[in-house]
Amino acid sequence: MENKTSGSATSESKTGFTTRTVVTPNEAMPKVWRRETKPHRFCPGCGHPIILKALAQAVEELDIQGRTVFGCDIGCSLLAWDFFNLDSIQTHHGRTTPVIAGLKRARPDLIGVAYMGDGGGYAIGSQHLLNAAMRNDRVTVILCNNTVYAMTGGQMAPTTLPTQKTETTPYGRDPAMTGEPTLGPELMAAIGRKGAYAARGTVANYRQLVKFTKKALENQLADRGFSFLEVLSTCPTNWRTTPRQTWDFVEDDMTRVYKVGEFLKPEDEK
Amino acid sequence: MHTKIAVAGEGGQGVQSIGEILAEAANRSGLETTYMPNFGVEQRGGVSIAFVQISDRPIGSPKFKRADVLVVLSPRSVERTRGYVTPGTTVIYDSSSIEAPKIDDMTIGIQSWETLAPEGFADMAGNRPGKGIKGEEVRRDSNVRTVGIPAARIAKEELQPRVFNILILGAILAITKVVTVEAAREAMEHMFREKFAQRPELRDDNFAALERGLSLVETEQAGAGR
Amino acid sequence: MARIVDDDQRMFMTGNEVLAWAALAAGAEIMYGYPITPQNEIMHYWTRLAPRFERGFLQTEDELSAGFTTLGGVMAGKRAFSATSGPGDILMQEPICMAEMMRIPAVWIIQQRGAPSTATVIYGQQETRLACFGGNGEGHRVVYSTSSHQELFDYLIKAFNTAWSYRFPTILLGDGYQGKMREAVTLYNPEDHGVKLVPTEPFVGRPGVPGVDRAPAHYRNTFNIEEEIYEIVHAREEEFEALTPQIVEFESGYLDEAEMILIGHGIVSRAIKEAVKLLQNKGVKVGYFRPVTLRPFPVEELRKAVEKVPAVMVFESALGQLLSMVKEAVGGLPVKIEAFLRPGVGICTDEAAEQVQEYLRKSSMVH
Ligand SMILES: Cc1ncc(C[n+]2csc(CCOP(=O)(O)OP(=O)(O)O)c2C)c(N)n1
Ligand code: SF4
Ligand SMILES: [Mg+2]
Repeated sequence: MENKTSGSATSESKTGFTTRTVVTPNEAMPKVWRRETKPHRFCPGCGHPIILKALAQAVEELDIQGRTVFGCDIGCSLLAWDFFNLDSIQTHHGRTTPVIAGLKRARPDLIGVAYMGDGGGYAIGSQHLLNAAMRNDRVTVILCNNTVYAMTGGQMAPTTLPTQKTETTPYGRDPAMTGEPTLGPELMAAIGRKGAYAARGTVANYRQLVKFTKKALENQLADRGFSFLEVLSTCPTNWRTTPRQTWDFVEDDMTRVYKVGEFLKPEDEK
Repeated sequence: MHTKIAVAGEGGQGVQSIGEILAEAANRSGLETTYMPNFGVEQRGGVSIAFVQISDRPIGSPKFKRADVLVVLSPRSVERTRGYVTPGTTVIYDSSSIEAPKIDDMTIGIQSWETLAPEGFADMAGNRPGKGIKGEEVRRDSNVRTVGIPAARIAKEELQPRVFNILILGAILAITKVVTVEAAREAMEHMFREKFAQRPELRDDNFAALERGLSLVETEQAGAGR
Repeated sequence: MARIVDDDQRMFMTGNEVLAWAALAAGAEIMYGYPITPQNEIMHYWTRLAPRFERGFLQTEDELSAGFTTLGGVMAGKRAFSATSGPGDILMQEPICMAEMMRIPAVWIIQQRGAPSTATVIYGQQETRLACFGGNGEGHRVVYSTSSHQELFDYLIKAFNTAWSYRFPTILLGDGYQGKMREAVTLYNPEDHGVKLVPTEPFVGRPGVPGVDRAPAHYRNTFNIEEEIYEIVHAREEEFEALTPQIVEFESGYLDEAEMILIGHGIVSRAIKEAVKLLQNKGVKVGYFRPVTLRPFPVEELRKAVEKVPAVMVFESALGQLLSMVKEAVGGLPVKIEAFLRPGVGICTDEAAEQVQEYLRKSSMVH
């Protein structure tokens, strides 16, 4: 396919989107990214590739490309199944955490990354997330919070904001009926064991995101405990937002409900 | 009477809307009709196909192997739909050398079952010069009648780029002659009532494109006509 | 129940939209669900319609939960249902098993997609066996396999009535094509067509104090000894068999003098019916048989249909799931069984006709 091999194309130039979406000119592309599968398959303006770029940079800086295994879920995260020059496993919806946890038990020398959406992690896969945290499994879970089930067309997710309209909350999310948004890192911090790590980053602060990603990997490298990183992300396709509205939503609306920062550090007393 | 129509193009060219309007119009004319969108695995390559059948008796499978009328709107869709061509098929293609928007198959392949392509895609449909469809490629199959119309160019120069697909619809009406222009207009009034109410100029633009598509085929047929 | 349309109303819509309307017409009171393609729009339309008709909806955390909340809803005496597909269908089998064991009249809509695993989101008939025999049970459930939008509407109404009449879990088995396709359908109020909605009743929470005013309700699905479960399964089977003549449905045509009978279910049956008409017009003597209920399977009817026929050809978008049911049903009869198996891919009219002609041409050369 023609557009898969031209590595220097940017999503912006193809679509007329001009604001801060990920720029991937050949030179700037992390080594861990697989050139043959770029440009990637995410929609223009999507936050997923920014999270994946931060992951690539962290893997590169920690020099663990040779022993990192990348797991992705069903959800738009699956579009990353051949994204990296990393051995990768695309699993079932919600099941990435146990697949990677199982792998880690069998091969503790590998670095296991489980990448998923908020539906995959907080809804269908919530029991796995909880139990991996309780067992203090030495894996790194990275979860993309885009407030919707993106791949299936924008239904309510556990992270949908109150009053936000989605395909299954056509009149706006009513917390009285559907509960309040899930606060993942806060939850992980509450149940996490000594040595665990829990943080929330955002695609709107890339440098901080790389820092958090690195910490989440380093914690596994040091064999200290479970590492969890949620990332506030964008989905202009399902939000039906312009580039400006998209960024306003992440930077204002989402951060009002979701505080960015570190909630549990390995050195914290537990 | 049983007409099988396949419309193929890139996501964002409005292929599925053509299918939907055509089917809605046929249904309103009291005919049996099915419309099936098609994305996904079978379409590795990002080509979107709409399958429409119109008949005066009940319709069997909603998909078919060979089309009576095949409409191809991008170079990739010519290749992807070669299998639908059979002796007797009429192939309508866009003969203007304008680049069709191209979206990676997986993005659209999986999601557009649910999700529309972002606005940016649709807006650039037929905006930039490019290779376009080569007439000889389309005519490669013998026993096939081909009708080339410079739809993207006319839409861009004389109308609006975004009514490109409606112009194509007009051409399909002229070739198939199974539903009338009135029925198509009525279907559009019904389907786009909110949009038309908000922006009445959309109605004029779309109806003008429909007429233009019809007349294009008539001139083509009066002229060379293969 | 509120009327959903003033009068019979012809509409042109997608199958998933039809099902949302059908559930309303059937008096469904609450839907429990989890998003999955190709059934999402059932939920999308339901969440838009439900408040207008005072019906309920709960989006759960996954299909296990959607299935078990449905059971809770039914045991509260409500006409409750869920809808799913593919990997969600797998998870739904656990609650369906409990419904089988405890005779809970829950209704499921299953829109099949490609398999195994996540596969495609589009179409398939590879959940046929799962729908009929999924889980660790014996298949004590009713499965209707539909083929058109009108049937989606008619049979969803019927599914609720079957479930509540006989207390077997009931499945409406469709597929992604049926969900996503647009065609004409006539929506109606069941009472206008002489269809009465079977009344529901609660399993628990009836009036009175348990142990004082009435006996407490005690439901279980666990038993102590082998013989106990042996007895239960046998009794269940006998009851299911006794009800079969009342429940079983099939459709057939052109059986007389047929040289071959084409067999298919669901949307594939449209292709084979059309193929038979096409071939008949050419003077080729072929007929068709379509099981409408896959559970119970129309065994007697199929045996009767193929008794005097030299061969049958089974068409399905799976690798032999209907085929094995057909083989089991016609066991012992001297009929030759051919098959055209297309896992995850649709079957077109022309293609079906070509297969049959090719076979007949070859077999006439052998004679
Ligand atoms: C068992 C099962 N249930 C449902 C689905 C359908 N499904 C596919 S992706 C998805 C939601 C994805 O949402 P999320 O995890 O938030 O990821 P996003 O696409 O938003 O990145 C669902 C419900 C499935 N594949 N498997
Ligand atoms: S649908 Fe949303 S989350 Fe998925 S690729 Fe597109 S923008 Fe990203
Ligand atoms: Mg999400």
